[in-house]
Amino acid sequence: MTARTIQGQKNLQKINQASKDGIGGSPLRPDGTLKVKGEFAYSSDMWHEDMLWGTALRSPHPRANILSVDVSEALKVPGVYAVLTHEDIPGEKYYGLEIADQPALAIDKVRYHGEAIALVAADHPETARRAVKKIKVEYEVLTPITTEEQCLDPETHGYVHEPHEYRSHAYGNICHEQKLVSGLGVTDEVRALADVVVSGEYEVGMQDQAFLGPESGLAVPAEDGGVDLYIATQWLHVDRQQMAPVLDLPLEKVRLTLAGVGGAFGGREDLSMQIHACLLALHTGKPVKIVYARDESFFGHVHRHPAKMRYEHGATRDGKLVFADCRIVLDGGAYASASPAVVGNAASLGHGPYVIPNVRMHAIALYSNNPSCGAMRGFGAVQAAFGYESQLDKLAEALGMDPVELRQLNAVTQGDLMPTGQPIDAPAPVAELLQRVKDMPLPPPLDLEHLDVRTLPGALSNTSHGEGIVRGVGYSVGIKNVGFSEGFDDYSTARVRLEVIGGEPVAMVHTAMAEVGQGGVTVHAQIARTELGVEQVTIHPANTEVGSAGSTSASRQTYMTGGAVKLAAEAVRHELLERGRHRYGWRQDDLSLVGGKVVSASAGVLIPIVDLLGDDAIEQTREHHHRPTVPFDKETGQGFGHVQYTFCANRAVVDVDVELGLVKVVELTAVQDVGKALNPLSVVGQIQGGCTQALGLAVMEEIVVKDGKVRNASFTDYLIPTILDTPPIPVQILELPDPHAPYGLRGVGEAPTVSATPSIVAAIRQATGKALNRIPVRPEHLTDTL
Amino acid sequence: MRVTFSANGKPVEADDVWEGESLLYVLRERVGLPGSKNACEQGECGSCTVYLDGVPVCSCLVAAGQVQGREVRTVEGLAGQDGELGLVQQAFVDAGAVQCGFCTPGLLVQTDALLAADPQPSDTDIREALSGNLCRCTGYEKIMDAVRLASARKCSVEGVAK
Ligand code: FES
Ligand code: FES
Repeated sequence: MTARTIQGQKNLQKINQASKDGIGGSPLRPDGTLKVKGEFAYSSDMWHEDMLWGTALRSPHPRANILSVDVSEALKVPGVYAVLTHEDIPGEKYYGLEIADQPALAIDKVRYHGEAIALVAADHPETARRAVKKIKVEYEVLTPITTEEQCLDPETHGYVHEPHEYRSHAYGNICHEQKLVSGLGVTDEVRALADVVVSGEYEVGMQDQAFLGPESGLAVPAEDGGVDLYIATQWLHVDRQQMAPVLDLPLEKVRLTLAGVGGAFGGREDLSMQIHACLLALHTGKPVKIVYARDESFFGHVHRHPAKMRYEHGATRDGKLVFADCRIVLDGGAYASASPAVVGNAASLGHGPYVIPNVRMHAIALYSNNPSCGAMRGFGAVQAAFGYESQLDKLAEALGMDPVELRQLNAVTQGDLMPTGQPIDAPAPVAELLQRVKDMPLPPPLDLEHLDVRTLPGALSNTSHGEGIVRGVGYSVGIKNVGFSEGFDDYSTARVRLEVIGGEPVAMVHTAMAEVGQGGVTVHAQIARTELGVEQVTIHPANTEVGSAGSTSASRQTYMTGGAVKLAAEAVRHELLERGRHRYGWRQDDLSLVGGKVVSASAGVLIPIVDLLGDDAIEQTREHHHRPTVPFDKETGQGFGHVQYTFCANRAVVDVDVELGLVKVVELTAVQDVGKALNPLSVVGQIQGGCTQALGLAVMEEIVVKDGKVRNASFTDYLIPTILDTPPIPVQILELPDPHAPYGLRGVGEAPTVSATPSIVAAIRQATGKALNRIPVRPEHLTDTL
Repeated sequence: MRVTFSANGKPVEADDVWEGESLLYVLRERVGLPGSKNACEQGECGSCTVYLDGVPVCSCLVAAGQVQGREVRTVEGLAGQDGELGLVQQAFVDAGAVQCGFCTPGLLVQTDALLAADPQPSDTDIREALSGNLCRCTGYEKIMDAVRLASARKCSVEGVAK
């Protein structure tokens, strides 16, 4: 017996080394080799013999009545196969993620600049574009409703959606609102309890996801009257659910397969060209490919909600927060998209990761004739973080306290209540994250003697040789929820199959998870390896032949679909071991699958998996549901609304050329608690990517909208950070397991996007002494040349 | 019109090319080389970078007719004859510099060109050389790692003194 146990332990040691590609390791992406060879098929690479190219006519006006549409000239263009308007839609005309308020093609009016009115299919993309120009539309142009004041006064300025339209709006131009009151709320008596009160108004511009792979896909009409769509999306099943009624097809005749996705960040959560390509394909009987040009991409997806916020914070002399009074107004644009959920997030997370005894919050999303806004990484928490973190800095200054100490003094920790009344029932190391980020070594000070001018603000333009450069340092921390909240039964499905191929046990994982670049495919293989003790794992292409995986958003995929893969793999393991127990009468209850073998902790190796499995495959499908949440009370905002919280702290070091108003972020440090890093390499990559989008929002990224018109729909004018704008991003990860999550993990992708922006603005404030209440910070804000 | 040129060492021919078509379109849609990517088609993102007669260019800005009789090398041409990954390709995979990967083909060609000209670039040199290639996913840190790794491997293979 003793000898066998030792033998077993030896095996286990060897096996542990061999399974370095399980969870906690950093195996390389299974799609990496294809991607570096240029062989990975993105949605815009789809190709079919005989395919046509589709494109859309888009409105030049943000608000107008459509008096007539004449497509006859367009139809005459040689090479044109179809020109469609809303009259050609066979089924429902409206769709939407949460509210079906968006017409698949404009009906009688347009509500935003760039709204699709008609579609063309032709034999060449240029033919399609030329034909679009021949469609004659007569408009009655109306004054767009674009400001908060106009939106809130529909009697004077009108409705974006008239109350008598397809659905009545009890709230006029308010799409959704959420209030929250905790403690005593904010009254004069509560205010009187504070020794120091600071207030501020903050504004966040409209940011774009700016994923690089344009919206695109290929729709192929099928023999059964249905359609197959190869598409880059974030959630195959919810696309199908919105598409089928418009196409007037049963769900099973609308089949979606994920084509390679070139980034998403929330911008692919709504439909873009899905319905359009399918309408054209079904109409012409030919495969139709649509690929947006970059300007069309800016018009064709929702953006991050621009925000106007008012905050008031009160604290005692020794720095304890007494109250927070917050109003957040988000411009949702023409259609609802995910606005209701964004508002819920802003309201419930909008006071930050702080213990505040008395809170009053009011968050609103408006309907306007501006571009529609919806999901983007950080989802409602980003805007608020700029508000509350700016306030904390202001408060620290008013109190004469160190800004990090003030945050630590008020930081939430496990066991505290959020203002929603929800207890924080997992580690919440906010103070520790701040301490660690503060303790990281600072970059060396600017050395004018030995400097490379290319590293200064203005960089390659050679605008400075060090004169007028001032350095600043700023800190911030943020909070984000993981997964879908407020009572949504957010689940994911996975099918795992174990069989012997070529004499080796191989696991196959099939889910509908959209791999958008985040690395889910790597992690799913790691989970299957860990649970089934095999090395070889194949990932089945994601499609609608397996149950929904939910969306690749809200930092939820590793938690939800990873959790489903774990459950399904465990079920396979259970079935396999039961078979062995039956067949061989094993008595031990300490069996596991390791290194391709069934191993008993007490008795060592029992049998290779290959021998136990033989020719039969074992397949199991499981759904993973997270613990239930409830909707927030409309008036008080109370309720257990979120599944999990995640936190990140940042330190930014910036150099500012105060004469020219140019900013160079010198370093952006991040410390984040990830619960358990299933793949540390990917986790760090996610954090660095998130920080960079936050940097973009802080100093450069904004869709400029004037009177409802988009002024910069191109990468020439909408600037995202280049490698020159992006500094080193040192990352430290903490792993404090969440007892409620699979493996104790925490969603990773969004927290740094929430937290990093305010640290950069704080650093610029420290360098310049400017108040800076609006992001992105522009040179004119720093040089007073507005 | 008909355009003939050499792509990754092989002669190719495209018929019925419309005068306004870009090299990028011809590569992707006519000659079956979709590896170069179409992120902006305006010369702003670098995703479509290819070698034209040995010089990296944005293929979206090159009119198809301009490549008549010339030599194009795309990301598909960076791997060895046997399909083995090139040094720069392998470094990008190893360093975790590929997330969605849409920027990757352009970055690979640009990095290949950088290291051919200077096998040991400084960090600032790398940033300067790659500043025309946007990446929205990685935050560029892992791309820096990949280029440093490729540089180190190249120097050790070619015996460049450190
Ligand atoms: S696609 Fe050519 S530079 Fe962007
Ligand atoms: S990896 Fe997605 S754009 Fe670079």
